[in-house]
Amino acid sequence: MKRRAMNGYLLAGLVLSGFMAALILLGLVWTPYDPDALMTGAKLEGPTLAHLLGTDSFGRDIFSRVLRGAGTTFLIALSTVAVGAVCGTAAGAVTGYFGGVLDEALMRLCDALTAFPSILLALVLISILGPGNKYNVVIALGMVFIPSFARVTRTAFAALRDVNYVKSARLMGASSGRILVRQILPNTMQVLLPAMTIGFNNAVLAEASMSYLGIGVTPPDASLGYMLSEAQGMLASAPWYALGTGGAIVLLIFGVGLIGEGLQRRGGEVA
Amino acid sequence: MKKKLLALLLLTGLLSAALTGCGGGSEEQASGDGQTADGSAGARAQTNEIVVGIAQDLDESLDPHLAVAAGTKEVMFNVFEGLVKPTPDGDLIPAVADHYEISEDQTTYTFTLREGVTFHNGDPVEMQDVVYSIERCADDSEGTPLIPALSAISSINSDAATLTITLDQPDSEFLSYLTLAILPEDYPDQATAPVGTGPFRFVSRTAQDSIVLERFDDYWGTPAQLDKVTFRIIENADSLVMSLQSGAIDMFAHLTTTQASQLGDDFQILEGTMNLVQALYLNNTAEPFNNEKVRQALCCAVDKQQIIDLAFDGYGSPIGSSMYPAFQKYFVEDLTDYYSYDPERARELLAEAGYPDGFSMTITVPSNYQPHIDTATVLVEQLRAVGITAEIQLVDWGAWVSDVYTNRQFQSTVIGVDASNMTARALLERFTSTADDNFINYQNADYDALFQQAQATADDAEQTELYKQMERNLTEHAANVYIQDLADLVALRSGLDGYQFYPIYVMDLSTVHYTA
Repeated sequence: MKRRAMNGYLLAGLVLSGFMAALILLGLVWTPYDPDALMTGAKLEGPTLAHLLGTDSFGRDIFSRVLRGAGTTFLIALSTVAVGAVCGTAAGAVTGYFGGVLDEALMRLCDALTAFPSILLALVLISILGPGNKYNVVIALGMVFIPSFARVTRTAFAALRDVNYVKSARLMGASSGRILVRQILPNTMQVLLPAMTIGFNNAVLAEASMSYLGIGVTPPDASLGYMLSEAQGMLASAPWYALGTGGAIVLLIFGVGLIGEGLQRRGGEVA
Repeated sequence: MKKKLLALLLLTGLLSAALTGCGGGSEEQASGDGQTADGSAGARAQTNEIVVGIAQDLDESLDPHLAVAAGTKEVMFNVFEGLVKPTPDGDLIPAVADHYEISEDQTTYTFTLREGVTFHNGDPVEMQDVVYSIERCADDSEGTPLIPALSAISSINSDAATLTITLDQPDSEFLSYLTLAILPEDYPDQATAPVGTGPFRFVSRTAQDSIVLERFDDYWGTPAQLDKVTFRIIENADSLVMSLQSGAIDMFAHLTTTQASQLGDDFQILEGTMNLVQALYLNNTAEPFNNEKVRQALCCAVDKQQIIDLAFDGYGSPIGSSMYPAFQKYFVEDLTDYYSYDPERARELLAEAGYPDGFSMTITVPSNYQPHIDTATVLVEQLRAVGITAEIQLVDWGAWVSDVYTNRQFQSTVIGVDASNMTARALLERFTSTADDNFINYQNADYDALFQQAQATADDAEQTELYKQMERNLTEHAANVYIQDLADLVALRSGLDGYQFYPIYVMDLSTVHYTA
């Protein structure tokens, strides 16, 4: 396999995401203030040197909460993509490689799932699993994400099912499991990786929307979406709250989005 | 390319989701910007009328005996009256009755009808209308009567001018149930075109839009000062501030502090009380709250004033027991500071109770009540300071009612408890051991005995004292962590005056007037 060139998108994306990742890691070990500490005397202060992004209506430092909240959002998005990608890839691999009745059944099920708007589906799942628990958010979002991954990998597996190196492996007596994992899977990475970056961004937005709707993370835990929903009511009196929080979401998504775009272009050059 | 498109679509989706949050606002403004049929705020001052915003439509039926929603009773308070009616001070004064007498043993109530009271349709109020109204609410032929307490009536006797109600057993609070609306007998359209005896008469209703009332010129008492009141339904909280500022409405009750702070000099913000007992209610049979010392520790660990300052911008009245300040007669002021904020003492009490390192607990909060969520948010931090790890669990309202209130499957919850009528019993009876609505499982023999004594006595002063002792009992045994009676903020356009708060959930517009 020839070494593929770095491109501008990929580089910019890696730099931006690296920066955000560094901030999130920093937020895990250190924040300028305790993100949950209430300060009676410092309600809704604008950005100052002491409070880089100002304070919220409970007098909590917004910068500290953005650091901590971005971590929560990042973790939820990552776990969601993991759930969606693992289950989706497994389903896609089996259906794409073997075809037949199972293929038909699973893909129609995916069609049925995609027929619902994703947020609505997640809302239904959350209400079944019980709201107010971030693990349930991960499970619900992850399930919503399964069909898109299944579809992408199914196409790739179906296309590679009868290429020569797979046929050779089959002739050499390799088991189906080995062929799926060792022969085909590595060659689907160029479609899977961009799908994962897009999935990650969708998950960040979905977590934000769900927390915004009040069914994601429970207060006082910080998450970017929940903070944005709090900020909305104070848009006129404390615009820095919405700007700081919204800005963090934009940067997080933009960085990963650039990586996805870069990966896709690099894949295109090779093919 | 396809994926880029997808990403774009999703971004657009998010944007539109964010925008719908405020979209309603601009729509509302366009359709009600003060230049509609209601006229501008200035024009309304000329014609002596106002428009009042309300957050939800009224019940489908406007029949006051069948009204369910507090929001309906709140508005229709202006249209209906009973034999007696409440005052802003919390007293009951004769209304359709001219005066009344209560026998020594509190079993016989004698009312003399007021002369010259007429219904809004012009008919005079006759004794048969009064008897009809009371018997309708007391009728138990189809199960529970409309007003359960009326089942204590053993007989009703009347002649043209006097009405005598006899009870099976003394009930010193019986009078407060006779605030029930007096309606004309044989009037079939009560649900759609209600007729009562109040200072305002019903004119028209447009479902999901508005209700119009006009002054009743033949009112027996002090007539209303405004000629016309239009209640306009504004369901979208975001558009409310805009509706006020644009002149579409002149008054709104139950504002949040954020909304109030956005209103400019055109409005005066009146601060009253919601008449709720907001507390961190503790399940007294659940670990570790079955230990009184733990409950007391929580009381010491909570700084009520900080909650009010942080979550409510300083609006709200701290309380110390299951009674709110508007019930002046029963409110015991010194209980508010019975447990002063003292984290050190809280730690000591926890150590004595066997929890030197604190413990973990869950606070269940209904997710549709932002004030309670905000309160819980501050509580979590305050409890953390004494080593207690509290976690908020948000549940929808239906789940709260079934899990917490009905099945009592909870550890602690933040909620506001109201009084269904103007009696101390309405707030205190629920904590007796066997009460159906004793959702915190409070078991205290002294408390039960005090309640029995309070019910048995016919002496008002003695009864009041017993109720106060019950409040003290709740505080001393730290039944709950009492926090505050929430503030009720009312926006009133400058140039209007005279609004009065009541100790129950009503909106009296008869005293509101233009100052110029």
